[in-house]
Amino acid sequence: MTRDSIINKRLIGLFLLGFLLFNYPFVSLFNLPVFVLGFPLLYAYLFAAWAVYILLIVLIIHSRPRGES
Amino acid sequence: MLSAETIIFASLCYLGLLFAAAYFGDKSAAAGRSIINSPYVYALSLAVYCTAWTFYGSVGRAVQGGPGFLTIYLGPTLTFTLGWFVLRKMLRISRIHRITSIADFIASRYGKSVILGGVVSVIAVLGIVPYISLQLKAISTSFLLLTRYPGYFMPQHAGRVPFFEDTAFYVALVMAAFAVLFGTRKVEATERHEGIVAAVALESLVKLVAFLAVGLFVTYGIYNGFDDLFTQARSQPELAAMFTIGDQPGAYTSWTVLVLLSMLAILLLPRQFQVAVIENVSEEHLKKAIWLFPLYMLAINLFVMPVACAGMLEFAGQAVDPDTFVLILPLAHHQAQLTLLVFIGGMSAATGMVIVETIALSTMISNNIVMPLLLHLPALKMAQRRDFGAWLVAIRHAAIVVTILLGYFYFHFTAEFYPLVAIGLVSFAGVAQFAPSLLGGLFWKGGSKAGALCGLTAGFLIWLYTLVLPPLIDAGLLPQAFITEGPWGLQFLRPFQLFGLKGFDHVSHGVFWSLLLNSAAYVGVSLFSRPSALEHSQATMFVDVFRFTGDTDEAPLWRGTARIPDLKSLLERFLGPARTAEALAQYANQHTIDWERSLAADPGFVTYVEKLLAGAVGSASARVVVASVVKEEPLGIREVMGILDETRQAITYSRQLMKTSAELRAANERLKELDRLKDEFLSTVSHELRTPLTSIQSLAEILRDYPDTDEQQKQKFLGIMIKEIQRLARLINQVLNFQKIESGRMQWQIGSVDLRKVIEDAVAASSQLVTNKQIRLQVDLPDAVPAIIGDRDQLIQAMVNLISNAVKFCEEKTGVIAIALARRGDTLRVSVQDNGVGISAADQRVIFEQFRQVATAGRGRPPGSGLGLTITRRIIEFHGGRISVESEPGQGATFTFEIPLQTPLAAQGGS
Repeated sequence: MTRDSIINKRLIGLFLLGFLLFNYPFVSLFNLPVFVLGFPLLYAYLFAAWAVYILLIVLIIHSRPRGES
Repeated sequence: MLSAETIIFASLCYLGLLFAAAYFGDKSAAAGRSIINSPYVYALSLAVYCTAWTFYGSVGRAVQGGPGFLTIYLGPTLTFTLGWFVLRKMLRISRIHRITSIADFIASRYGKSVILGGVVSVIAVLGIVPYISLQLKAISTSFLLLTRYPGYFMPQHAGRVPFFEDTAFYVALVMAAFAVLFGTRKVEATERHEGIVAAVALESLVKLVAFLAVGLFVTYGIYNGFDDLFTQARSQPELAAMFTIGDQPGAYTSWTVLVLLSMLAILLLPRQFQVAVIENVSEEHLKKAIWLFPLYMLAINLFVMPVACAGMLEFAGQAVDPDTFVLILPLAHHQAQLTLLVFIGGMSAATGMVIVETIALSTMISNNIVMPLLLHLPALKMAQRRDFGAWLVAIRHAAIVVTILLGYFYFHFTAEFYPLVAIGLVSFAGVAQFAPSLLGGLFWKGGSKAGALCGLTAGFLIWLYTLVLPPLIDAGLLPQAFITEGPWGLQFLRPFQLFGLKGFDHVSHGVFWSLLLNSAAYVGVSLFSRPSALEHSQATMFVDVFRFTGDTDEAPLWRGTARIPDLKSLLERFLGPARTAEALAQYANQHTIDWERSLAADPGFVTYVEKLLAGAVGSASARVVVASVVKEEPLGIREVMGILDETRQAITYSRQLMKTSAELRAANERLKELDRLKDEFLSTVSHELRTPLTSIQSLAEILRDYPDTDEQQKQKFLGIMIKEIQRLARLINQVLNFQKIESGRMQWQIGSVDLRKVIEDAVAASSQLVTNKQIRLQVDLPDAVPAIIGDRDQLIQAMVNLISNAVKFCEEKTGVIAIALARRGDTLRVSVQDNGVGISAADQRVIFEQFRQVATAGRGRPPGSGLGLTITRRIIEFHGGRISVESEPGQGATFTFEIPLQTPLAAQGGS
C-alpha cells in the first residue's frame, strides 16, 4: 500500500467521522440553551469539534507512516 | 466623522494596492519567480469563498438562526478532507485535458459536447450574476452607511441612488478594468493568472485581519472578553434564540441540507473551480491547503457570534440591520480607523469574489456560448480568420464588462422588489445542479451525455421553479395565489410544497427536489442511453486518469488525415506565431519530428494541437475547429473498445512478458534436446552404415588378396557381403523414407488394401530375420476383414518395422511373437506382441519420437537407425489411425495400432 493510499483511507475515515459530528443527530445532543465556561453549548461544541477535526487532518497529512524514515 | 472623500481616497489607495500586487505577481511570473507557488498563497486564494456575504451577512444570519451560519463553512471543511481524493483527481484531469472552466470540464467529460458546455454556462451565469450583484450592493450599502451615519441605519433602498452617484458603480467599473487587465492577458485560459491570484490572496488576508480586528475590538474593547459578553447576552431573554438551532420542525433538515449544499458549492462555484483547479500550481499544495483553508474559515467565523450578541445588546429596540453590525459597532464607538479597515475588509471580500467569478464566467461565456455559436455560423468563416486569437480576447473582455454590469444593474433595478438576502443560498443551489454530472462523471464511467443533459435540465428547471420564481410574487409580478393555490389551482405544483412535500424550509425544499430529480434523471437516462465512441474514451480517461500517466501519450483515439501545415496555421491563428513556434518546438523536442520533411500529421500531433486549442477555446470548440482542417474518419465503438483494451493489455504487459519468456525458455530447451537427439542420430546412423561397409570392404579385400581361397569359403563371404549390402540398402531406404514423410514429399500409392494380405506379406518378408534368431511366430488372422483404402507397400513397411522391432528385443530361441488382426467396430486392430525385455513407462512415452533409441540394461543400444517406430507411427497416422504400446519391463511389449475402416484417404482413393 502506498503512502498516498494510506492517507486517502485515513482522510475518508475522518470525513465520515466529521459528517457524523457536524450533523443531526450529534448536533441535537448539544442543541440546548446551556452555557459552558461562559460559552453557549452548541457554539462551543461546534468550534471545539471543528478545531479538533482540523488538527486531525494535520496529523494525518503530515505524519509519517511507520517504517518510513 | 469619516468624510466621503476620506473613504473614497482610502478605497482608491486599496484598489491601487491590488493593481500593484497583481502587476507584481505577473512580473514575477514572467521572470520565472512565481510568488503564488506556495501552499499558503493557494490556501488564501481559496478563501475567495468568503465573500461580503460572509463578511457582513454571517452576523445577520447568526442573529436570525443562531449557529446555523456555520454550516456554510463546515461543509467545505468536510469536502476538503476529501480533497486529496476528489480535488486532486480534478486537478490531474484538468491539467492533462487543458480544462478552462467547470463548463469545459463537464463538456469534455461527456464527449466534448458543445451543448452540455453551453447549458452549464447558462446555469452558471444565471445563478451567479445575482451573487455578483449582492457583492456590489454590499459595497454600495456600506459606503452609504459610513457617509450618512448616524442618519442612515437601514439602507434598504440603495437602488434608489442614481448609478452615477453610486460608489458601487465605479467600483464595478474598476473591477472590470482589473479583470480585463490581469484576467485575459493570454489567449490560453489554462494559463495561470498569477497577478490575479496574488491580489486575491492579499484580499483574503485583508478581510481576515479586518474581521478579527473588529471581533477583538468588540469582545475586548467594548466588553471584557467572551465571558462578560455572553453573560450579558444571557440576561436578555430575546437573545436566547441565538444560541441554539431551535427545535422548530425542519431545523435539523435545514442544517443537514445546508452542510450538503456548501459541501458541493466549494467544488462547483465557478470562482472556486477557477482558484482551486485552474490556478493551481502544484498538486502538492493541496496537502497544506486541506487544513489551512478550514483553519481560515474557522478564524473568520470565530467572532461572528460575539459581534452578533454585541450588536443586539447595543442596538436593542433600534431599527438597525444586523447585516451592518460589523460596520456600525466600531462606528458607534468612534473608531474611525477601525471602521475604515472594516470597510476595506468588506470591499476586499466583495471585490475578490467579483474579480475571480467574472473571469471564470467570461471564460465560460466566450468558450462555451459565444465561440460555438460563431463556429457554427458558416457564413462567418470564423475558423478561417487569421486574427482569431484577438477575437477571442475581445470576446472575453466584452464578457467581463457585460457580466459585471449585469451584476450591477441587476441590483440597481431589482433591489426594490427582489430581496437579495436569500441570493447566496439560491446561487449555491444553482451551482449544486452540476454535482451529479461532475461527481458522477469523475467516478462512474457509465454516466452519459444524454444523462448529464437531462439531469442538468431537470435540476435547473426545478431550481428556477422552487427558488427563483417565488420571490417574484412579492414584487407583484405573479399573483399570491400562485404560491398558496399552485399554478391554475393545481395544489401539487405549489412551488414551496412541490408534490405536497411539507416540513422543509424553502431552500431545503428546492435543493431536495432539484438535486433528487437531477440525480435520478442523470443515472436513469445514463443507464438507458448508448454513449458514442468519444464519450466512452473521454469517460475512461477521466475516471481512470491516474492510470494514464503522461500528458500526451494516451491512446490516440483519432483516425484520419491531416496536414501539418494546416494544423500549424490553425494554431497560429489562435495562439499567434510566437506561441505556436514555442509549442511546436516543445513537441518536436519530445517526439523527434522533422517539420520540413513530414507533411502528414500523426494522431499524436493532432491530439496535441487539439489540446493546445482546448486551452484557449475549450475542448468542445477545439474539437470543432480541428475538425475543420482534419479529414476525420468516424471512429467506431468497436475500435475504441479495441484501443482501450490495448491500454488495459499494456498494464498486464509485464505479466505476459514473463509468461512469454518462460515459453521461449521452454522452446529453447526443446530445441537443444532436438539438437542433441540429431547428433545422436547422426552418430548412430554413421555407425550403422560403417559397420556393414567395413565388413564388406574387408571381405572384398580377402577375396582380392587370397584368390586361392576355397570355393565354399568364397561363397560364404559373398553371402555375408550380400546380406550386409541389403542391410545398408534397408537403412538408407529407411532414412530416405523418413525424410520424405517428414517433409511431406512422400508419394503415397493409394488403393484398396486387405490388411490380412499386408500382414502375410510382412511376415513373409521378415521370415529370414525370425528364423535366424529361431523365434516362434504366431499369426492369428480372421477369415475376412473389409478392405481399407491406403498405401499397401507402406503398410507392409509399418508391419515389417514392428516385427523386426519385436525380433530385436526377443531372446534367441525362447522368443515368441504373436500377431493378431481383429475388427473392432469401425476399426481394424492389429497387435504385435513379444516376450522380450519390455519397455519402461518413461520410455513408452518417447519411443515413437524420431531418433529415439531405448538403451536397455546389459544390451546397450539396439542396432538400427531409431527411425523405424517413428516411420511406422507416421504411416499409421497417415491412414487416420493410432498406435500405442503396452509393456512392463521383463514382461515383453505389445504394440497395437488401429486403422478406421473409413480412412481419410477414401475420398482420394476413389478417384
